[in-house]
Amino acid sequence: MVLEFREEGIYCPAGDFHVDPWQPVERALITHGHADHAYAGHRRYLATEAAAPVLRHRLGEITLETMRYGERRDINGVTVSFHPAGHVPGSAQIRIEHRGEIWVVSGDYKTTPDGLSEPFAPVSCHAFITECTFGLPVFDWRDEATLATEINAWWQANAAEGRPSAIGAYSLGKAQRLLTLVDPSIGPILTHGAVEAVDEILRGQGYALPETTRVTPETDPKAHPGALLIAPPSALEGRWLRRFGPAATAFASGWMALRGVRRRRAVDRGFVVSDHADWAGLNAAIRETGAERIFATHGYTATFRQWLESQGYDARIVETAYGDELVDEADTEDAA
Amino acid sequence: MKDFARLFTALDQTTKTSVKTAALAEYFGTAAKEDRLWTIALLSGRRPKRTVNASRLSEWAAERAGLPMWLFKASYDVVGDLAETIHLVLPEPRGTADRSLTAWIERIRGLASLEEPERQAAIFDAWDEVAGTERFVFNKLITGGFRVGVSQKLMTRALAKATDIPETELAHRLMGDWTPGTVSYDGLITAPDPEAKLSRPYPFCLAHGVDEIGDLGPAEDWLAEWKWDGIRGQLILRGGQHHLWSRGEELMTDRFPEFARARDFLPDGTVLDGEVLVWDAEAQTPRNFNALQPRIGRKTVPKKLLAEAPVILRAYDLLEESGDDLRARAFAERRARLEAMLDGIAPEAPVALSPLVPFENWDALAETRATARDHAAEGLMLKRRDSPYHVGRKRGDWWKWKLDPLTIDAVMIYAQAGHGRRANLYTDFTFAVWKGQELVPFTKAYSGLTDAEFRKITHWVRRNTLERFGPVRRVPPVHVFEIGFEGIQKSTRHKSGVALRFPRMLRWRHDKPVTEANTHDDLLEILAAYG
Repeated sequence: MVLEFREEGIYCPAGDFHVDPWQPVERALITHGHADHAYAGHRRYLATEAAAPVLRHRLGEITLETMRYGERRDINGVTVSFHPAGHVPGSAQIRIEHRGEIWVVSGDYKTTPDGLSEPFAPVSCHAFITECTFGLPVFDWRDEATLATEINAWWQANAAEGRPSAIGAYSLGKAQRLLTLVDPSIGPILTHGAVEAVDEILRGQGYALPETTRVTPETDPKAHPGALLIAPPSALEGRWLRRFGPAATAFASGWMALRGVRRRRAVDRGFVVSDHADWAGLNAAIRETGAERIFATHGYTATFRQWLESQGYDARIVETAYGDELVDEADTEDAA
Repeated sequence: MKDFARLFTALDQTTKTSVKTAALAEYFGTAAKEDRLWTIALLSGRRPKRTVNASRLSEWAAERAGLPMWLFKASYDVVGDLAETIHLVLPEPRGTADRSLTAWIERIRGLASLEEPERQAAIFDAWDEVAGTERFVFNKLITGGFRVGVSQKLMTRALAKATDIPETELAHRLMGDWTPGTVSYDGLITAPDPEAKLSRPYPFCLAHGVDEIGDLGPAEDWLAEWKWDGIRGQLILRGGQHHLWSRGEELMTDRFPEFARARDFLPDGTVLDGEVLVWDAEAQTPRNFNALQPRIGRKTVPKKLLAEAPVILRAYDLLEESGDDLRARAFAERRARLEAMLDGIAPEAPVALSPLVPFENWDALAETRATARDHAAEGLMLKRRDSPYHVGRKRGDWWKWKLDPLTIDAVMIYAQAGHGRRANLYTDFTFAVWKGQELVPFTKAYSGLTDAEFRKITHWVRRNTLERFGPVRRVPPVHVFEIGFEGIQKSTRHKSGVALRFPRMLRWRHDKPVTEANTHDDLLEILAAYG
């Protein structure tokens, strides 16, 4: 086994390192900066160059080495490299090769390009460790252009009625994805501080984001008629939003594909925008790796494993601490 | 169906009742009359009869989507709604048909007379003809369930706005067992047929629950009655006939033949509001809800059961006397007239007065309330003396002041994910009590926790699964919950030997170690005392 599944996380015994561990370890390879994958407290971190600024912002003073996508490095005789996962800017799958056997840890991934995250690149391997957050055939994402039309039409209609439009979206990934989908000519875009902090980091790295205005205590709510407000979901329920008066509210998540979950959120609109692969995406990704052994880490693991077995794979479930219940999580930074 | 689908989308895309009312009122002002009528029917729970059974429909949808049946079922478990599941898995349609709502419903009704292969072909055609929301709505119509976050009250308000007929009057016109097959839009709404009025019930006046009665003002403004644990019913004696309606607007006349004799004891033109209860003639007391169970859901009643569990109506309000609608009069006056009417009624009559519970002050009433179980009651009803008989649930004049539920501290041993609104949360739990060293499961419960608590327990379940049985996960016996319930009954179907009524979680007992949860003997003691 190139990798083992231990209590503290996924471990490579030959290389003596962990991937996205949830308990403090000596050496951690990190797929991306969401809180359930990048925990604090490890002695040494290794991640992509593109993920580094966000990791530093979130975890503070850490010992962090970086690699470029595709670059290979030897760790105790094990070859590791990072490959784009298309989940959020800087996210990676990690390829681990030992004595000719190749395993890939996908972290979280999305197979369709969104114009912002480095597009998902399939990596051939023998064993593939996959998420399956949306591993049911009811999840079928629409293309970016359709999403953009839907969101912009909603914003435009609210702006025409003189109402602000507020979308709840996680501050790393989803918020910036929305920024690339919306049409800035409709009106001003205002962001919550948590969102803007990430915007600034990504702009500094060269990711193209439209102009946004950070909301501060001094912001005059009346000075931005027809604005689009982007904030973490919890801010939509509190004082932060109330000062702008009656607003149309929306939530952006793959879970919004389910009417019941949308109703539980009690927002006016649910836009089905996800950082994760849909059913077709998961199946395509797995097929393209050419792997025979599949490990499902989080999501609808039981159903997905049974499906993969019926398709001829050697599929197993691995219990991890990776989250997939994030539609209600008040203030976590993970995306769904 | 485009305009109806548009209405559905508008209703579904907002949480604001003002927006919903406006969208509905606009629809009622513009749609064809027959579509309006069907919309009123659908939004008041009068669905077209199912013409395809759900498992056939599931099989056909799985076939059309190219999915194995088990995977379709697993998806349905998560989505929680058959129509939506089908909608989400089907391939994109080819055509875009435009038929009216009524035409679609006629088509669905027409399926009843087809042989199965033709029926399947007709459904495949329909799935291929309409896209998006329309297809979802079609699936909703065919599967029967139709909940769109619009209460009957909201629909009535919108209809009032569109027609300029007062809301309370409309609420009354919409009562009863009409269907779009038996009445026209005008016959129901604008020019009601006087014949139909004979059996039509009044909208029920409903009460909110109250825990603290300190804010209700002077005790002398109020009257109290026992809150019975039976079936709320409205008994109508008009035109030489009798009708018994449930609160859910179900006609129960045939189910409770006892009331045919009501006409021998009461004058025509009488409408009573009361509780249908199994009556112990010897003890002159009602029996508890368990005794009523066998009578519920039975369309015809065998003689033996009729003798074992005879029912009466304990009347607590008089809505109509000599054909006059009394609802606008003060409760105290209606009550006085009711007492006069039922005074000295023969003991063999199927109607008896539900007595007032006299009290001097609130404290004294609180003491009386504590004895409710001795009277086979579940608490008290408080009604303001000068209150009219409202339409629906209106805060302020009527309150139900229920006894605290029975409780037991139990250990969670299994967890199952919810569906629909709770699709990605663990919300359905199985609880056990101690029998020696063993934990005996005795109930399931899935309500009572806050969303935050469900998130917390979900997080824990995912990380502490010992075993999986399909969607069910066995978890370590660690968490203790206080389970509240309204009643308890002996049961041979359950390993624990008991069945609870309305079990729910009252509290997550973080303070209680699992060893201090209640025992099976404790449960049997409660059964002995209250079963």
